[in-house]
Amino acid sequence: MHEIRWHGRGGQGAVTSSKILAEAAYRTGWSGVTAAPSFGAERRGAPITASTRMAKEPIRILSQVTTPDVVVVLDDSLVAVAKPATGLQPGGVIIINTVRPRAELGLPADVRVVTADVTGSAMAAGVVVGGTPMVNTAILGSIAAATGLVTMESVEAAIAEAFAPGPAAKNIEAARLAFECTKA
Amino acid sequence: MTTKVITGNEAAAIAAKLARVQVIAAYPITPQSPVVESLSAWVESGEMPAEFVTVESEHSALTVCITASTVGARVFTATSANGLAYMNEQVWWAAGARLPIVMCIANRAMAAPWNVLNDQQDSMSERDAGWIQLYCRDNQEILDTTVQAYRIAERLNVPVMVCYDGFLLSHTVMPVDVPSAEQIDAFLPPRTDPLQIVDAADPRNIGPVTIADPRADADGVVRPGYMEFRALHHGALLDALEVIPEVDAEYAAAIGRSWGGLTWEYQLADADVAVIAAGSLTTQLTLAVEALRAEGVRVGVLGIRSYRPFPAAEMRARLAGKKLAVVFDKALSYGYEGPIAGDLKAALFTAETPPAVFGCICGLGGRDVSPENLADATRRAITDLDAGVRDRAPEWINLRPEGSAS
Repeated sequence: MHEIRWHGRGGQGAVTSSKILAEAAYRTGWSGVTAAPSFGAERRGAPITASTRMAKEPIRILSQVTTPDVVVVLDDSLVAVAKPATGLQPGGVIIINTVRPRAELGLPADVRVVTADVTGSAMAAGVVVGGTPMVNTAILGSIAAATGLVTMESVEAAIAEAFAPGPAAKNIEAARLAFECTKA
Repeated sequence: MTTKVITGNEAAAIAAKLARVQVIAAYPITPQSPVVESLSAWVESGEMPAEFVTVESEHSALTVCITASTVGARVFTATSANGLAYMNEQVWWAAGARLPIVMCIANRAMAAPWNVLNDQQDSMSERDAGWIQLYCRDNQEILDTTVQAYRIAERLNVPVMVCYDGFLLSHTVMPVDVPSAEQIDAFLPPRTDPLQIVDAADPRNIGPVTIADPRADADGVVRPGYMEFRALHHGALLDALEVIPEVDAEYAAAIGRSWGGLTWEYQLADADVAVIAAGSLTTQLTLAVEALRAEGVRVGVLGIRSYRPFPAAEMRARLAGKKLAVVFDKALSYGYEGPIAGDLKAALFTAETPPAVFGCICGLGGRDVSPENLADATRRAITDLDAGVRDRAPEWINLRPEGSAS
């Protein structure tokens, strides 16, 4: 079983994308998938977490993810407040949306970190809401590139199911751009 | 049949739509709100030909369901926690009036202190109100049980609560097979023959004051007194012990899935120790059992679907020859013990060699419970039994009295 923990801020769409990733995983062939918000009151701008699990068998664990093998961080300001490396399994990976070099991020030195300019991908694809780039769908492309757990084909199909056709096309484009700019 | 990756709330809403409910009345409350948000969107778009009645409170929501059900409609509502408590007067009315209402409960902790997260105190506190209560272990069971509930309710003229854990199921997506409308139509025909129906050509006095003793009505027919009505109601709940498994078997024949009727078991046949719960805890208990069996401990799950009626005889039979029953309650009768543990002890009183029953209280107000926690609590219970303990106070799992953060 693979356990993915999402770190975002209320309003960034981490919960939505945790579910889209579950759909993409199911379409990739993982027959057991779940996704859930961290169970708590959410406020716009406050740090939140969400989780996605995927396995070959139906998933029977419903408690919170505490030892993820993949951690997704929607913006690098969360590193200091959310401590995303907490509980990360040996051999695990942190995928983070940032333009800063890895050494500046303050993440533990012994952890595999994949950085990508996901904000740039979202802006290039025009996935901007109220002047704010939305990175939650774009970063699905980075997850596909960095982990290989889901195919881009299934990511695109899952995005297409989650949005109306117009927005879906833009979000798919953002995910493709992020996939291409992510160095696995 | 198509597979969708959906939340428990979405599964409940889809079930209500498949059941072709005609009237929905509800008031939003976390974690139930997405159920009626989906239904209101489908009614608004015309996808679902039903009346959606918006109301100012849960008390009114259930009142609308009572009146619509009285005139023969198939009705649906959903709520949680304080919303259910606010309905309480009408919860009793719906049952006593023998109306086949189905209500989903996304289980949530009761305030105060205020908390929106999961436990089962809300519905467990309504156990004596005369409703059938069914608990679901995953999102598939929510969909299937909500559809089954209409057939059970309409066969017995008893309302049914379909209970599922808030957030743990209500807000967690997982794959769910969605039957086609044609499949469900074949299983669940339209509601016929309401017990009470408003018909100008056949006027009746519905819900009159009923005195202690039977008396003749306006036509000279002797009608039951209050106590006879209550005995009939109790009889209907006891009949449900037969009807719930029957309907589950009929669903299996029509749709291809069954859930065990009143209770179900996992690796229990050769077990010395049974671990027992209702709802999503039982799904996690199957993992705890596998971990314990890997250590050579013979343990199995006894899962409760029907909490009311309480399947006492079936549980006695499933627990025959066991040494220990460890019960995990997500609710508490304050000043006594967990409701399932207390009910089970009473059910086992007439067993020839009853197992020891050790209760555990867990998950209150959303406190995380992992399969490891459940396995650890079971190990401690076995240690106590081996030390000669036959009864003990409920163990509070993951209680942190010093207030240390996780």
